[in-house]
Amino acid sequence: MKPAAFEYHAPTTIDEAVALLAEHAPNDGRILAGGQSLVPTMAFRLARPTHLIDINNVANLDKLAIESGALCIGATVRHAQFHTPACDGVLGRLLTDVVSNIAHYPIRQRGTFCGSVAHSDPASEWCMVAATLDATMIAQSASGERLIPAKDFFETVMTTALNEDELLREVRIPVLSDDTVYGFQEFNRRAGDFAISMTLVTYQLEGGKIVDPHVGVGGAEDRPRRIAEAEAALAGQTPGDDAFRAAADAAAAAIDPMEDHATNAQYRRDLTATLVRRALENAAS
Amino acid sequence: MSDKKDITLTINGRDHNVSVDPRWTLADVIRDHCGQTGTHLGCEHGICGACTILVDDSPVRSCLMFGIQADGKKIRTVEGLANGDEYHPLQRAFIENHALQCGYCTPGFLMLATGILEAQPDISDDDLNDVLSSNLCRCTGYANIIKAVRIARDEMKAAS
Amino acid sequence: MATATNRMLGHLGDSVERLEDPPLVTGKGRFVGDINFPDQLHMRIVRSDHAHGKIISVDTSAAEAVPGVVAVWTTENIDDVPPIDFREGSDPTLALFRQYPLARELVRYVGDPVVAVFAEDPYTAEDAAELVVIEIEPLPVLINADDPPQDFKGQATTEAAIVEQGYGDIDTTFANAFKVVEIDVKVSRHTGVPMECRGAIGRYDEARDVLEMYGAAKVPHRNRDTLCRMLNRPASGLHLFEGHTGGGFGIRGELYPEDVLVCVAAMRLRRPVKWIEDRREHLMAANHSRQQRHIIRAAVAEDGEVVGLDDELYLDQGGYIRTHGTRVANMTTGTLPGPYRFPVYRSICHFRLTNKTPAATYRSPGRCESTFVRERLMDAVAVAMDMDPIALRRRNLISLEEMPYGRALDVLGDSVEHDPGDYAGLLDQGLAQIGWDDLQKKLAKRRANGEMVGAGISMFFEKSGLGPSDGAKIFVDNEGFIEVVTGGASIGQGFETAMAQIAAEDLGTDYRRIRVVHGQTNRIDYGVGAHASRATVLTGTAVSLTAQAVRAKALDMAAELLQTSADSLTITDGVVHAKDNPTGPSLTLGEIAEALIPTSKLRGDREPYLKGEEWFHIEHQTYPYGHHIAVVKVDPDTGGVEIEKYFIAYDIGRAINPMMIEGQLVGGLAQGVGGALFEEFTYSETGDPQAVTFADYLIPTLQEVPDPEILLTEDFPSIRTPLGIKGAGEAGITGAAGAIASAIDNAIGIPGAVTETPVSPQRLKKILSEHGK
Ligand SMILES: Cc1cc2nc3c(=O)[nH]c(=O)nc-3n(C[C@H](O)[C@H](O)[C@H](O)COP(=O)(O)OP(=O)(O)OC[C@H]3O[C@@H](n4cnc5c(N)ncnc54)[C@H](O)[C@@H]3O)c2cc1C
Ligand code: FES
Ligand code: FES
Repeated sequence: MKPAAFEYHAPTTIDEAVALLAEHAPNDGRILAGGQSLVPTMAFRLARPTHLIDINNVANLDKLAIESGALCIGATVRHAQFHTPACDGVLGRLLTDVVSNIAHYPIRQRGTFCGSVAHSDPASEWCMVAATLDATMIAQSASGERLIPAKDFFETVMTTALNEDELLREVRIPVLSDDTVYGFQEFNRRAGDFAISMTLVTYQLEGGKIVDPHVGVGGAEDRPRRIAEAEAALAGQTPGDDAFRAAADAAAAAIDPMEDHATNAQYRRDLTATLVRRALENAAS
Repeated sequence: MSDKKDITLTINGRDHNVSVDPRWTLADVIRDHCGQTGTHLGCEHGICGACTILVDDSPVRSCLMFGIQADGKKIRTVEGLANGDEYHPLQRAFIENHALQCGYCTPGFLMLATGILEAQPDISDDDLNDVLSSNLCRCTGYANIIKAVRIARDEMKAAS
Repeated sequence: MATATNRMLGHLGDSVERLEDPPLVTGKGRFVGDINFPDQLHMRIVRSDHAHGKIISVDTSAAEAVPGVVAVWTTENIDDVPPIDFREGSDPTLALFRQYPLARELVRYVGDPVVAVFAEDPYTAEDAAELVVIEIEPLPVLINADDPPQDFKGQATTEAAIVEQGYGDIDTTFANAFKVVEIDVKVSRHTGVPMECRGAIGRYDEARDVLEMYGAAKVPHRNRDTLCRMLNRPASGLHLFEGHTGGGFGIRGELYPEDVLVCVAAMRLRRPVKWIEDRREHLMAANHSRQQRHIIRAAVAEDGEVVGLDDELYLDQGGYIRTHGTRVANMTTGTLPGPYRFPVYRSICHFRLTNKTPAATYRSPGRCESTFVRERLMDAVAVAMDMDPIALRRRNLISLEEMPYGRALDVLGDSVEHDPGDYAGLLDQGLAQIGWDDLQKKLAKRRANGEMVGAGISMFFEKSGLGPSDGAKIFVDNEGFIEVVTGGASIGQGFETAMAQIAAEDLGTDYRRIRVVHGQTNRIDYGVGAHASRATVLTGTAVSLTAQAVRAKALDMAAELLQTSADSLTITDGVVHAKDNPTGPSLTLGEIAEALIPTSKLRGDREPYLKGEEWFHIEHQTYPYGHHIAVVKVDPDTGGVEIEKYFIAYDIGRAINPMMIEGQLVGGLAQGVGGALFEEFTYSETGDPQAVTFADYLIPTLQEVPDPEILLTEDFPSIRTPLGIKGAGEAGITGAAGAIASAIDNAIGIPGAVTETPVSPQRLKKILSEHGK
């Protein structure tokens, strides 16, 4: 389990990085961010990039700040930076609650938020967060930058709308209003593993009724996404068992679960209903 | 084969000048080219934690970094834990509480625990469990590892 | 005993710190991967990616062309090397099913070694290995041992053997039974998975004509003997060396294809050859274990006595028969009755090859499987008879009065004879300690409130100390340092400390002055190694007998020098003095050793040196016993199982170092929990292994394993060994799956629900939904 040979590049500016990417991407040149997904894949020789463009020394990729109503997360911001709230308010707390479910402490010291989003494992917590909260991805290439909304970004298992010569320079997550409540749930068999299914829900209350519900599901399908049917079941309802069960059932019915040797579709579907219901209960409590 | 590059790894305060193939993992460079074999490999794909070391004082999996990425960084491995003949409180606690059997996972657990206790000396039992669940041990059933790290935490706190 | 226990010195029964630990906590261990020789080559194995097929061609030319590659071998390069033989000697009935170091004509599982690449470094070796092209003509793949057997090489079928054991008249007993209860249960494939993968270094010293292998473990002497047979070398010219070993659990240290290859390559390529397995290889190439399906029925009398047991089982052996032959079948059929009387018994094992990784022993082989099966059956009988499961078990336990209790069963060539133990008495102690009745009430109340909680029990007996014999040597040097040389092996269980404690007891010295040698075939001619919980029982007793002999010799010499009688003397902290006068005239062990050197005038006609070598011969194995109790909570929505509480009771006979024994129990339990709830090697229909990473083969982390409460008793020292020791290596795992399964049944209120391990959330959820829960 030793990686195949590659050429190593350590640019220090974004321009240099995207220039290298433009040059080498056609020969499977790739970005090396935290390496926490890429290096294991290389060890199994499932990936054999010929060039690695290490962005760890690139200046100005470590942005983690609120700008125009969104939390901007640069490409070298590590999971561990969310161990304490990255911003004031509900969003900061939410991200801190979620991060402890991602892998393990040492992996969180290296792995990056943007790397997760670019890698796009269907069971990535950050991908689900980005999908649920309508994040915007900023893709940068030698020829300029592109803004990609989350709903168009995640295509299928480990496949995104990023072009091969594009660096995911930043992810922007809209700040959540102070009256937003949220609930997060995931289930895995063993601490730190990728989840079999997971969900993030948010909503606000107006006059005791649910408004602007977001129900995101990850891990169950080939990509994370908001489940419109579940959101419809919640909108305008009074929070409570009836509404939550209806939303949970709607989510379970709406998804097209993946199957693998360890988990069948029925189990994922049932589990998703449970998790959505529990996340809604968390949000309400 | 790609060209080798000269780098300097500072391991436990000592500089090692090595010429590395970029694809060599940091663990392999430390073990096979710097002669520090205390860092172990149990899976080479990031799950077991046997290879955990401190890079700039953060615990990381050394099988998931390339040696070339650690050029000029401060690396600490199990060989640097004791102060001369004096054990680190964690080493002492591991021995006294029978927190190891075969000892293969031990360097990884010691470095993981060192990293977290230095970063969060007051860490709660629950949070400590969460961190320690990063690494696998096949011999001990973990109970004594948990016990040893808690004892070392309390001792290190009292001493500071 | 000769001397009083002294905590500081580390005598018998003291939980002293381990001698093994200092290098291991400082990174100074010498595991096989840490050992390097100048000019060494690295071997990489190219493995079959077909589960079954005919090798049409192998093209190694591209691999050979890679700079840094020194040789690329197929089986044709080593056509003089025979298949790997059985540990206990040749067996013509099974010989056909053995594995060649590199596949010949056929491949029989994904992972079967086909080509060996030798290169200057491991990265290059792996690059070259990828370029080897193997053309395979696929053959039908056999995945399930309970499917009809297939042809094997046109000379046999894949049912390599039928192993049958039993006694009494099954037909009459079942015909006359008050009730017959039958279950069909499965134990899935799992295995030891030590944290250190395997590794081996072969080195040929032409100067001395000695072939050496580093990375040996478990049974170095047996492997030396097999290698000598296979390679036609004298035992004096082939040595195996055990270094630090990152866990064994029964799977490490058997003679594998890669071990043979590094040895042969070192001789032929005239350079040291190092092979370090990677984790993916390990999960498809190192021995698997456990997989069995049992269809078992009990004939029950009206009062709940199980008067007959009739079992038919299918053992999934995988692609070949490795060094163990049919041992697991033998141990399963020989130990299935466990701690119960069962006056009539039969077990028929269909020992069948499939196209999966070859199987062999893993911690508590045969007992782990049979205990799960038997205890599932006892639960089923209790339900059928409407009896309390504890009462049902009590009704059938062998009583103390009946001990020693012999049965016409064979376990590894030894007829089963339970040494005295109070099975029911320990059960009473255990139930009292855990507060069983109160626990039942609390659980019932919680269940009434809608929680799915329950408790379960599993009783077992273990076997340890397989004979017949082991020896040890002790040498005391002129400075009073003591070396104990054994043919034992250390796979992480604290062997050195235990042996030092035993020797210290008789030599009246600090255990830290004792250096224990193990796993070095050039230091002692014979050795049983470390398997079947033998090390402490057999080797420990041999060490004790040797230490006694050395003590006698020391006192004899000292008596003459001190002008007194030997029986008036004793040894304290390495100093010989009069029993009634600790501060009077004395001699150190070193001074006595000096008086005994060959040239010493003081020696008289005594044999030179303060040293000894003694042997221990055991008549029967020892049978420690105990039970596990699990309390679990099931999440009906996810199918997840949480172990709320766990309890192990075990009679060890005599504890040498209780801290280490508890460590073994807790560690074994973690593996037991893994097998019960998490670990499983699954295969696709075409024989592709689906658990070849640590993301798929789920070893529990500390969040998943309970911290058990332990009741360790020394009520019944073994009558088979002078020290009364019984083995402790396996008791933590043996009862786990049975207790957890029973607790899950109880929690979900569906008797007999669990028929298969691991009880994954998905499996449990399916059970719940089938029962409308
Ligand atoms: C044992 C283990 C458990 C894990 N468990 C989880 C888990 O539970 N949940 C979870 O979400 N993750 C988990 N991970 C993955 C981890 O979170 C990774 O850190 C993350 O998926 C990838 O981030 P990275 O920075 O390490 O990316 P890398 O590994 O460096 O890169 C991953 C891929 O993304 C590309 N890439 C990276 N950054 C960019 C960029 N800025 N622009 C364009 N392309 C880019 C790379 O070229 C590569 O193809 C686990 C990893 C391990 C080893
Ligand atoms: S060897 Fe690095 S995590 Fe297992
Ligand atoms: S002590 Fe052996 S793996 Fe932890």
